[in-house]
Amino acid sequence: MALIQIRGLRKTFGSVTAVAGITLDIESGEFITLLGPSGSGKTTVLRMIAGFENPDEGVITLGEEEITHLPPFDRDVNTVFQDYALFPHMTIQENVEYGLRTRKVAKAERARQALEAITSVKLAHVADRLPHQLSGGQRQRIALARALVLRPKVLLLDEPLGALDRQLREEMQIELKRIQREAGITFIFVTHDQEEAMRMSDRIVVFNEGRIEQVGTPEEVYERPATRFVAGFLGVSNILEGEASRAVGGSGASISIRPERIRIEPDSYKSSGEESALVGLLTEVAYLGANTIFIIEADAGARISVTKLNQELPSQNVRFATGDRVLAVWRKNHASEISV
Amino acid sequence: MAMAHVGAAEQTHAPKKRGKKTAYLLLAPGLLWLIIFFVYPLINLAETSTKTPAPTFETGEFVQTFRFMNFIDAFVDNQEQFYRSFIYALLATVLALAIAYPLAYAMAFRAGAWRNFMLLMVVAPFFTSFLLRTLAWKQILGAEGPVVSTLQFLGILPPDATITATAFSVIMGLTYNFLPFMTLPIYASLDRIDYRLLEASGDLYANGATTFRKVTLPLSMPGVVAGTLLTFIPASGDYINAQLLGSPDNYMIGNVINSRFFRVVDYPTAASLSFILMATILVLVIIYIRRAGTDELV
Repeated sequence: MALIQIRGLRKTFGSVTAVAGITLDIESGEFITLLGPSGSGKTTVLRMIAGFENPDEGVITLGEEEITHLPPFDRDVNTVFQDYALFPHMTIQENVEYGLRTRKVAKAERARQALEAITSVKLAHVADRLPHQLSGGQRQRIALARALVLRPKVLLLDEPLGALDRQLREEMQIELKRIQREAGITFIFVTHDQEEAMRMSDRIVVFNEGRIEQVGTPEEVYERPATRFVAGFLGVSNILEGEASRAVGGSGASISIRPERIRIEPDSYKSSGEESALVGLLTEVAYLGANTIFIIEADAGARISVTKLNQELPSQNVRFATGDRVLAVWRKNHASEISV
Repeated sequence: MAMAHVGAAEQTHAPKKRGKKTAYLLLAPGLLWLIIFFVYPLINLAETSTKTPAPTFETGEFVQTFRFMNFIDAFVDNQEQFYRSFIYALLATVLALAIAYPLAYAMAFRAGAWRNFMLLMVVAPFFTSFLLRTLAWKQILGAEGPVVSTLQFLGILPPDATITATAFSVIMGLTYNFLPFMTLPIYASLDRIDYRLLEASGDLYANGATTFRKVTLPLSMPGVVAGTLLTFIPASGDYINAQLLGSPDNYMIGNVINSRFFRVVDYPTAASLSFILMATILVLVIIYIRRAGTDELV
């Protein structure tokens, strides 16, 4: 049985539907990411798991226990907040001890555990300082230590890396993943950054307008997007619809193909049975250093973008120039039918 | 690149100098005001406090003799009113805190759409004069007023008892008059608390009571300290409430100073009393702030 089961969860704020009835299972020990644009409902779902919001409908169970309407302090989950929410009037040590203290852990023991947690995030030297004396990255790690010291079954992370600069962010991504693996705790991570989601997650849940669009491994959601939204939100995709879709033997339903899965061939090229091809005019070639982007206006009425790595010099990509009649070719198994 | 660098260096230096000048310019009106209306009268008062009556014994005529015994005489003669002032002010402060904290808490966290209306209600008494408000209470609590007659009707108060001209009504008046000064700073400091800190506390297994004790209350302490000072200091020097709602048995040191200045025309005693009051308040406030742990106010 899944560690967390969410069934038919709904939440509205006034006339705005934040979460429009979602169902999801989260397995024990997995790193699962709720990914979506702002206002897609991912944070509201996290806050309902934490107990900060009361669902209008639906059920959340944690292990054997239904926790749907329990207050936050009765749930075996802990949260790392977006802006860390460290108590400004307490030292780092006191911050990390806070949860142990409310759980009535003996003084010496909680001091030992807190210091161990602070040491594990490599910040033992700041234990006596106040939060405002720490940098953003340090505060972030203390927020993590404060939650992890309680050894929760589930750790909820609400865009915890959003305020960090790029380099620190990438370091923390690796660090978080390591901590999650070593502690074996289930991480539910909220982000709007698809790259971050891909880098860290075992599974990604893609949210849009309060609904789940798709659940899958990073590879599944990228390579096999189920909907047009997923295809567009995770990376760039070519969407063929109507005539263009029928021209490659489709039923007319929309088809998604990633730009890097498409090859350019001269229009004399004969495609094999495992391949699909569209003929068109090469209208744009943009050299971007690591790769080159080609834009092909297909005769069947589609604008196809193709990305090629510039692995060799002189690049073989210079074989084609704007104005050429070319074929955009891809393997049929690299294309996926998507729903709107 | 090089030019950008020079530009940046200039920019970091120029506003610093200008900033200092601006700071003095901004300070000037306040400083001037303080010198004319506070420092000068204070020196004047200090000078008066050690004077003695002129040899001619004409009313209002005094000569400087540097008689520092004035202070001791003034204190010894009016000990009772001094103690009463601080006890009344303390009780009024405690009562105001007990009323204002829940009120400010409700406004900051529970009022929702009613918040602005409640704020307006807290400030509303300021739209009428202090004197008028206190006179109104004299009417309300007076022998013919609704409170006394109701209490007498219910048998809680004996038929010949009164509320005015008692310590109760003076302390009540002080509490009422200084309540906004207590409420507003507490509200401001509660309102500044990031609600996510309260969520974080709940997330770390603290229930509502623990969260209040460990997070909300400590973070609102600056407001509590400011509010108690703004209540205690004017309350201990007040004389209107004692005069209108009390009897001579309830007179506070403010009443004594007032009558020494304007009725008896004994300026040196009045000045000495003012200084003793000021010094005592200052000492009490410093001890209090040290204890409350908000040293940045001293």
